[in-house]
Amino acid sequence: MARVLPRKDVVIMGLGWTGAILAHELTEAGLNVVALERGPWRDTASDFNIGYMPDELRYAIRRDLFLPPALEAMTMRNNLSQTALPMRDYGSFLPGHGVGGAGVHWNGYTWRYLASDFELKSHLTRRYGARRIADLQIEDWGVTYDEIEHCFDKFEYLCGTSGKAGNIKGKIVEGGNPFEGQRSREYPNPPLKMPYSSTLFGAAARELGLHPFPEPSSNMSQTYTNPLGITLGQCTYCGYCERFGCANYSKASAQTTVLPVLMKKKNFEVRTESEVLKINLHPDGKTARSVTYIDKAGNELEQPGDIILLCGYGLMNVRMMLLSGIGTPYDPATGKGVVGRNYCYQTGGGGAQLFFKDKRFNPFIGAGALGMAVHDFNGDAFDHSRLDFVGGASIAVGQSNGRPITNRPTPPGTPRWGAQWKKATAETYGRVFGIGGSGSSYAVRGNYLDLDPTYKDRFGRPLLRITFDFPDNDIRMQNFVGGQIARIARAMNADTVVTGQARKGWNAVPYQTTHNTGGAIMGADPTRSAVNKFLQCWDVSNLFVVGASAFPQNSATNPTGPVGMLAYWAAEAIRDRYLKSPGPLVPA
Amino acid sequence: MTDDRPLSLNRRRFLASVSALPILCAAGADAASLSGRLPWSPFAGDPPKPVNPLGWYFFQPNEVAIIEAIVDRLIPADNLSPGGRDSGCAVFIDRQLAGAYGQSSRLYMKGPFMPGLPTQGYQGDLTPTGRYREGLKALDEYARRTHGRSFAQLSPAQQDAMLQGLEDGSIDLKLRAGLTTRSFFELVLQNTMEGFFADPLYGGNKGMAAWKMIGFPGARYDYRDHVDKHNVAYPHGPISIYGEGL
Repeated sequence: MARVLPRKDVVIMGLGWTGAILAHELTEAGLNVVALERGPWRDTASDFNIGYMPDELRYAIRRDLFLPPALEAMTMRNNLSQTALPMRDYGSFLPGHGVGGAGVHWNGYTWRYLASDFELKSHLTRRYGARRIADLQIEDWGVTYDEIEHCFDKFEYLCGTSGKAGNIKGKIVEGGNPFEGQRSREYPNPPLKMPYSSTLFGAAARELGLHPFPEPSSNMSQTYTNPLGITLGQCTYCGYCERFGCANYSKASAQTTVLPVLMKKKNFEVRTESEVLKINLHPDGKTARSVTYIDKAGNELEQPGDIILLCGYGLMNVRMMLLSGIGTPYDPATGKGVVGRNYCYQTGGGGAQLFFKDKRFNPFIGAGALGMAVHDFNGDAFDHSRLDFVGGASIAVGQSNGRPITNRPTPPGTPRWGAQWKKATAETYGRVFGIGGSGSSYAVRGNYLDLDPTYKDRFGRPLLRITFDFPDNDIRMQNFVGGQIARIARAMNADTVVTGQARKGWNAVPYQTTHNTGGAIMGADPTRSAVNKFLQCWDVSNLFVVGASAFPQNSATNPTGPVGMLAYWAAEAIRDRYLKSPGPLVPA
Repeated sequence: MTDDRPLSLNRRRFLASVSALPILCAAGADAASLSGRLPWSPFAGDPPKPVNPLGWYFFQPNEVAIIEAIVDRLIPADNLSPGGRDSGCAVFIDRQLAGAYGQSSRLYMKGPFMPGLPTQGYQGDLTPTGRYREGLKALDEYARRTHGRSFAQLSPAQQDAMLQGLEDGSIDLKLRAGLTTRSFFELVLQNTMEGFFADPLYGGNKGMAAWKMIGFPGARYDYRDHVDKHNVAYPHGPISIYGEGL
């Protein structure tokens, strides 16, 4: 039997970006908060030590900081006709582990989604008619961009995001992204210094009449002190950013922006290496009583709390709801049920590789989020009336690293080993870069999450099962964007340009993006969403589920900006609404 | 109320317990509780240990000859760099197999093991140590059957042809269920390149020869003065984690 611990005001599962932000905001409101974190404590000085952080093998290849599948794996299949098998190693995406979560080893791209993305179903229906999106399960978020703009702003100022605004209070600003929603003010820091590859891309894009701008980055362009009084150092363009913790305190993470203040509070406690088994409900099923977890010593403990916050990685939030019997599981046969519904990913590919004999790009000089992008083909920033798809992509040239175990492209036709391979590698290294497309991923009926019937974790609980393939709409989008990328590539006069073609058949092996969204989506209709517009569970009113699990579908750009925004949005709802009147904040 | 309890954090014990349920600590829920201060303890870092370059930890003598021959064909010696063997790639693979990587200790290794689709990744029950043991044996048997000699004793051209056959699938070593000839070749190629391009502390990339060959500065960590020097070669050679090149 689990030993029952003294009650807390707030119990948080997972101390990554969302857990740390919510813990800070709610302790400021005077609540006693405990966070249960499955992984270890991690701090910059010990765990992202500058003396040995630049180690590609250990961190990028053997993935020292990532979630080991031995602790939690997931199964996958492309469609209902296949048998899901476990991803014995993570490949296509890499969930985080330990304090700071995936926010430790992210790149630092800190986007806002387009204003139209938040009302996507209404917007597309209005512009193109309901029939255009009939084969997709597109939804509105239940909030508008204007409602949540201040939460984006809070997260960017917490992080010290480096960038250039394109739209301040409705006024288009030269050099920024003219397609973005209006911001209340400029970014907290100016853009990073751009590498050669990105400036070539920017010049070519501008000549074609597109609108290049520096990608928003939570790698510091200069020393920055955030509103909590925590100071981050200037980024050194070291090229060991994504997949690594930052040894310079120059990439925003819970460690560099929240924990130095949060950890000193007497009304906050984190218990590390404590894995939550399930959320326990009161007998009426309408509120949660406690969570059961296994501590690092192997003891089973029960932690009661008045408010329970599910702040794990999006996929894990969904699994915890399913394991706890919270919400109706989604059924792809009927399209009914909400938990597991609208699982989406990121539609990548369509990119091009450009080889130049007479130019050198020093690819090892990089930062996680360093580059120029165009959003002329993002979301519904362009007219789709004559096109056969909806959605779009961010097109960009970023320079993050030249780490040679992975990043040493050779021209097409080069053998992969032997004397010719070596000669081509020595000649080509540093003379090539890619133009990438990061595209939207829209929900369809057959893509969903549920519990696997066969495979279990170390505690005997079912693994999460992912059933996903790229929808036809998204493949058509990707091929259209690939054409735009090829056009920009041709304008850059490379010696060789290699382009790709989008295909169905999501492959779990090669890395794509750790941008898994949906499964516990927010919305206005409890029959089509798992949480309301405040991230409050429709069925269990003292449970809030915060993360990319709440995205109704995925937009084109990296999700961390909107995830941080949602953490502030949920904190505000709890502080200003829920505490005053505990219970459902939106009538079901 | 939150208790203000003293900090009792033992980092090394934390990190030592990844795959098994930790059972060493008897202090219960309090053991990993952190509150009231930013926990940090001196010497808590976890630097990597450079490998001992002498001897073999995993490979048996007959396997050493085969793997050294393979890495020397995948990365042949020429005026650009030493070959795979002299670069330490076989030592690198040996030490990786003797460590956590060789045992798949991070991976999900629960059954049932069922044949999967290419999109589902490797589904065999063999860890990398098992795959090398099985694959090298089968490769050598194939060499003896077709050429009457061990793989290590074939001419470089014969070795290249055989490796080519593994890569393109024209040679089937008839390995056990779950392990294909191609996936065995891919494993060896991946590990060889890892050794060639990783920090020298892991046993390969001796003298940082691979980094010098391509112009990669290794463990350098600050390029603020060069990021906007566009199209200009970086002027400094590589350094390694343990200070080679300084």
